[in-house]
Amino acid sequence: MSEIKPSKLRRFTPFIIFLLVASLLLYMMTLMTQGDYNPRDIPTEFIGKKAPDFSLPDLINPEQTVSSAAMKGQVWLLNVWATWCRECWREHEYLLALAEQRSITIIGLNWRDESSEAKKMIAQLGNPFSQIAFDPNSEAVIDWGVYGAPETFLIDEQGIVREKYKGALNEAVWQAKFAPYFTGRRQ
Amino acid sequence: MIRYLFLLVLVLPFTVQANSIEVYTFDNKEQEKQYHSLIEDLRCLVCQNQNIAESNAELAKDMRRKTYEMIKQGQSETEISEYMVTRYGDFVLYRPPFNPMTWLLWFGPVLVFVFGVIYVIRLMKSQSAESQPAGLNEEEIERIKNLHAEQDKK
Repeated sequence: MSEIKPSKLRRFTPFIIFLLVASLLLYMMTLMTQGDYNPRDIPTEFIGKKAPDFSLPDLINPEQTVSSAAMKGQVWLLNVWATWCRECWREHEYLLALAEQRSITIIGLNWRDESSEAKKMIAQLGNPFSQIAFDPNSEAVIDWGVYGAPETFLIDEQGIVREKYKGALNEAVWQAKFAPYFTGRRQ
Repeated sequence: MIRYLFLLVLVLPFTVQANSIEVYTFDNKEQEKQYHSLIEDLRCLVCQNQNIAESNAELAKDMRRKTYEMIKQGQSETEISEYMVTRYGDFVLYRPPFNPMTWLLWFGPVLVFVFGVIYVIRLMKSQSAESQPAGLNEEEIERIKNLHAEQDKK
């Protein structure tokens, strides 16, 4: 007989269920390794909200303070970096390009670092930051919900966080996450 | 001698772990209890499979200090965990709250268990039904009848 008996089909159901579950798992795993479903990616609760103010000593001139409240009226990036963070070294060149070619204001937040080491890195690689806040005790870091470096926030004139990215910035990330905000404003 | 050395090596990890927790002084026993219950319930964001009480990570250390400072300021346990949740999301809690986002997380295992039980019961029932005389379908019965009829003709 050429037709399949229903009893034969039934024998295959466990196998079909297994295939379905396995492909669902595989699908989820690929989602997890890339982007939005990454379990290590903790969403910030601050998008669209006012970010908490910080006031920290300046890395280069410790007698001065760097405060987020003073940035009111400007669109700026807050970039969390540290000398112990390898990705930050890699990201640095792109930050320089952002600051110089696109004249983006970037405030650095130096996290859990030796100030001498941090200054050395800036002297060596160049300074993309208009100011660098020095945060050796994770004060602003915890207040802003940062859990890794590098991490970058986009803050608007009202002090509202518009975007956040965890990981090193590059052209692709900039175009996908940050550039739409700037092009949206020009129209 | 070797035996004692071996014992020492076994004990070593515990001594290191004990050192990772800073010594904080509290105004009263109540605060200390709050502190310990909080750091045991907050997840270390860097290591993720540890709470901040157990973790040696720098960020966990700073989160412990932040928790301590907030307790000293007289903030309640819920205020402190709310502070952490606004910054790091429900994820920071080892016991996530029950809400539309997390109901599957809470009931998922129970649901899977219930479905499993239903499936097993159905399987057992169908098997006991099949063990009765081989199920032939109508077509097959018809063929048998025809064969018998043919034989009878001969």
